[in-house]
Amino acid sequence: MVDRTSPSGGPQRPPLSAASVVLRLGGIAVVVAALAGAFAYVHGTLDPQRLTPKALVDVLEKNNGVHPGFRRNHAKGVCVIGHFESSGEARVYSTAQVFNDPRTPVVGRFALPAGNPYTPDSAVPIRSLALRFTQANGQQWRTGMNSMPVFPVGTPEAFYQLQQAQSPDPATGKPDPSKVPAFFASHPEAVPFLTWVKTAKPSASYATETYNGINAFYLVDASGKKQAVRWSVTPLAQDAAGATAPEGSDFLEKDLVQRLAAAPLRFQLNITLANADDPVNDASKTWPAGRKVLNAGTLVLEKTQPQLSGECRDVNYDPLVLPAGIQGSDDPLLAARSAAYASSYLRRTSEVSQLPATRQEARP
Amino acid sequence: MSIRPTHFNPLARLLHWLMAIMIIAMLFIGAGMVASVSQRHEWLINLHKPLGIAILLLAIVRVAVRLATRQPPLPEDLPGWQAMAAKASHLLLYALMLVLPLLGWAMISAAGDPVMLGSSLQLPSIVPADAQVFALLRKAHGYLAYLLFLTVLLHLAAALFHGWIRRDEVLDSMLRGRDRG
Repeated sequence: MVDRTSPSGGPQRPPLSAASVVLRLGGIAVVVAALAGAFAYVHGTLDPQRLTPKALVDVLEKNNGVHPGFRRNHAKGVCVIGHFESSGEARVYSTAQVFNDPRTPVVGRFALPAGNPYTPDSAVPIRSLALRFTQANGQQWRTGMNSMPVFPVGTPEAFYQLQQAQSPDPATGKPDPSKVPAFFASHPEAVPFLTWVKTAKPSASYATETYNGINAFYLVDASGKKQAVRWSVTPLAQDAAGATAPEGSDFLEKDLVQRLAAAPLRFQLNITLANADDPVNDASKTWPAGRKVLNAGTLVLEKTQPQLSGECRDVNYDPLVLPAGIQGSDDPLLAARSAAYASSYLRRTSEVSQLPATRQEARP
Repeated sequence: MSIRPTHFNPLARLLHWLMAIMIIAMLFIGAGMVASVSQRHEWLINLHKPLGIAILLLAIVRVAVRLATRQPPLPEDLPGWQAMAAKASHLLLYALMLVLPLLGWAMISAAGDPVMLGSSLQLPSIVPADAQVFALLRKAHGYLAYLLFLTVLLHLAAALFHGWIRRDEVLDSMLRGRDRG
């Protein structure tokens, strides 16, 4: 019939002295504080210098301004819809369904690597292409590629410092022009990129560029054997390649719409196989020529959609969303991209209602 | 009416301690991965997802065990507000250990991401892809995880208060199967 036990449940315990109560309460406080402190340590709360996803996205916002609802980098772009036709050539190296099935649907996005969605197309000599392949089994392969052959730096720390060098000086409101040269002077790994960028010109079309995955990945075959690779897509139509950019700031999307109105665009997916001693953890280094290259198949892009209402808008092109048969390498930029994209994705998905197109659509 | 036990059922105690380790590990994994850009981020996120589903499954078993067994009563002389706080915090712990994995699963679904527990084990999506729903679920997942951590700290402090200050049978009822000699 008792609902509560007797006070002690056994022989009466002698009462604690006041000093003993204080000591024991102190003991409880120490245990709780130790656990809370460990949590704060792991969470980076005690270490403001730690490079976090938040810090990476914050520096992009500082340099480019905040444009609610837009990606924090590669903010200006256009969605493309199409499919991938596998040649079967990569099948020996990877169990991924995308290389086995004849046809896999693709949602992609061409963009400018800049954080401001109103950047003129001619302001940057680089274009990017992100792709999402959705396999029949529901697994996905997402990749973000750029028209440069190498990344300027090999680590997220160096990337962060490069962004910091471009941040506005609080005194003048403008970036200090001496900082970027100073950064490159102390980062010799950037030489291959700097050599390339000297001759790079803003292209007149998204369709004429080659897009490089830059980071290394592994293809995994049925026996679990791993082959380090880098991939790229190259245009199969060679018309007008190298044409200089026209006047105006928004010619890329118009050009793409015109081309796709006439015919689908075809790109070849090339997968370069690394030799045993090629660097797989450093995107600032190219692989020597002469590597075996697989023609994995053809990317066919059929139509465009505006980026503010198209299917690509809500896709986070996280390079570590991979199907069975493809794995990330230990390139530190891959993990950093994945972590920073997640932070950017949360910020912009929280701001969808502030996007210009959404507001227009909401009007009667 | 049968006499209420003085200690928790052995299965309940096993689930309690196993899940205590898993949930504290999970909170630290989550706190670490969102604050990291290194390969640790990837390593932790690949632990976070299957561990979350394991916690969800064990939490369901645990609720069933809780409903099927009798719990030792709280001490008779426990002040009313403390008895209330005990009941409310336990209810909150159960709710959060069920809701947090579901929110994690739902937010990945809402992002349109495949819900992968490993390189090839895939769970179905439980909500349709929607960016605004994702943002809401992702924030709820984060804030409720902080709430769970605070509730765990409170639970720990209260357990030690029972064991070290009140020196009643409450902590003992979860530590062992029968009374101390």
